[in-house]
Amino acid sequence: MTLQLDVEGKSSVPQQVAHPVGAKDRSFSPVNVFSHTALIAWALLVTVPFVWALIASLKSTGEIFGDSPWALPKELLWENFSRAWGKGVGDYLLNSAVVVTGGVFGTMLFGSMVAYVLARYEFPGNRFIYYLFAAGMMFPTFLAIVPLFFVVQNFGMISTYQGLILVYIAYSLPFTVFFMHAFFRTLPQSIAEAALVDGASHSTTFFRVMLPMAKPGLLSVGIFNVLGQWNQFVLPSFLSPQKPVLSQGIATLLGSQRYENDWGALFAALTIAMVPVVAVYLIFYRQVQAGLTGATLK
Amino acid sequence: MRHGSYRFVASFLAIPLALYAIFVISPFAQAFYYSLTDWTGISPKFNFVGLENFKTLANDAVFRTALGNNVILLIGLPTATILLALFFAYLLNVGGRANSAGVQGVRGNGFYKLAFFMPQVLSVPVIAVIWSVVLNSQDSGLANSLLGRIGLGPSGFLADPNLALYCVMWVLIWGSVGFYLVLFNAAMSGIPKDIFEAAIIDGASRLSTFFRITLPLLWDTIQTSWVYLAILALDAYALVAVMTAGPGGPDNSTQVMGLQIADNGFQYGRAGYASAMGVVLFFLTLIIAAVMLRATRRDRIEY
Repeated sequence: MTLQLDVEGKSSVPQQVAHPVGAKDRSFSPVNVFSHTALIAWALLVTVPFVWALIASLKSTGEIFGDSPWALPKELLWENFSRAWGKGVGDYLLNSAVVVTGGVFGTMLFGSMVAYVLARYEFPGNRFIYYLFAAGMMFPTFLAIVPLFFVVQNFGMISTYQGLILVYIAYSLPFTVFFMHAFFRTLPQSIAEAALVDGASHSTTFFRVMLPMAKPGLLSVGIFNVLGQWNQFVLPSFLSPQKPVLSQGIATLLGSQRYENDWGALFAALTIAMVPVVAVYLIFYRQVQAGLTGATLK
Repeated sequence: MRHGSYRFVASFLAIPLALYAIFVISPFAQAFYYSLTDWTGISPKFNFVGLENFKTLANDAVFRTALGNNVILLIGLPTATILLALFFAYLLNVGGRANSAGVQGVRGNGFYKLAFFMPQVLSVPVIAVIWSVVLNSQDSGLANSLLGRIGLGPSGFLADPNLALYCVMWVLIWGSVGFYLVLFNAAMSGIPKDIFEAAIIDGASRLSTFFRITLPLLWDTIQTSWVYLAILALDAYALVAVMTAGPGGPDNSTQVMGLQIADNGFQYGRAGYASAMGVVLFFLTLIIAAVMLRATRRDRIEY
């Protein structure tokens, strides 16, 4: 796991070490031309739809579906954004923000507490609890979705912030525990022992000493959780029909296009949903990739 | 164990374990129980019907279509994604190969990884909306206007029952390649360079270093990827629900198990029946994971 992180860090450092004298010019060999052509083609295939969607957010419906859908907008229709806002995007954004803030905070706190205890304390049932959490990473959410709805309903928490927050925390715990468990294992035991000898309690040692030392791991798994919970779609669609989060709202807006035919506003809403995520990604992309690759490699 | 640490352990575990038990473990366990009942999900009363739901399931034409579609995804998605990701990961590495260093990032390595990975961070509805517009069946749809320019007739894409499922599969592949590229690339960079140097000195070509060294050393990673892609292929709910009309596509052509579970559980008032579908999905997942891990098991190579 942490090995994976290191590898990731290393590989993203430009590896332009000095070449041996007489090395072939790297830019013009046929293999190089072929590689770059294929790579650029895929890069375009991935990025062009997003860029097109961003541009479409400033177009009218006629321009989006007109004779030349690839053309640039004649004039920039910023009012698409205010219309999108008026269709509830403001509320969706608020709902997403509240739920993700609470969800990620709870996930990080509880996840690291569990991981720390499991990684550093021996007690009966330790392994069992660890595998209980690890198993949660494999199971299809759909198996649980119907009973989960009724569990949340019995608590009277359908379409409430607290309902979604608690469910998000519960479903984010397996990976967070797994990731932080690996991280806490790599931290030196001697420092925690020194703190305990100095008279710190177990929980003080955790919050004041161990947690700050785990910052790089917390950052990776934290961003992973921010993105994962922000993009969550299946859970809120069933558990929060009256209080849609952003991704759910986008799906609803798409459904309503049959009657409204206001695609400019839909793409404005898409842009509002995309920009924060892409910004987080561009700033933290190394941690994002490390966190997500860590999710897969066990 | 020092004095007081049991109480500490218990206090740290109590809340998270309770949350996990209530919202994750208990619904999973309940699903198994409800799958044996005729619970509607609305009335508090229900009867125990044994394996009746599973018998009905075996003859449910729509569910069988859904299962069949999931199987098509199960074959196509991992194959295409892993091949493409391996291909690009290898290009990223081999492109910059100078004289001696076997694995060296191509110029722009970081940029490509940044760009390819992008779809992975966006939510499914965002991707689904963009692609449903790109694949619009009108002549002026984005993909169709390009096809028209190179002289190919307009395609129905998501409106065509023969194509709709493959459009969904394409979007899944398109979204996953970057992630597995980064994964394979990390694994490739982890292979010690002296292995490649030795092979090159012995006169090995690029292709033979790939098949003889890179691929075998990547086997663990590929195997894990396969399992995760298979799980993804068994889901596909969100894309189908947002992208295809109906939802479920023309003539149930994009019907998948997730959609059937949601429809039966929440629309048709057949919660017990939907739970039975969930149980089928669970065992499929379990079997796939077990089979894949066993079939691809090899001696682990330590380096």
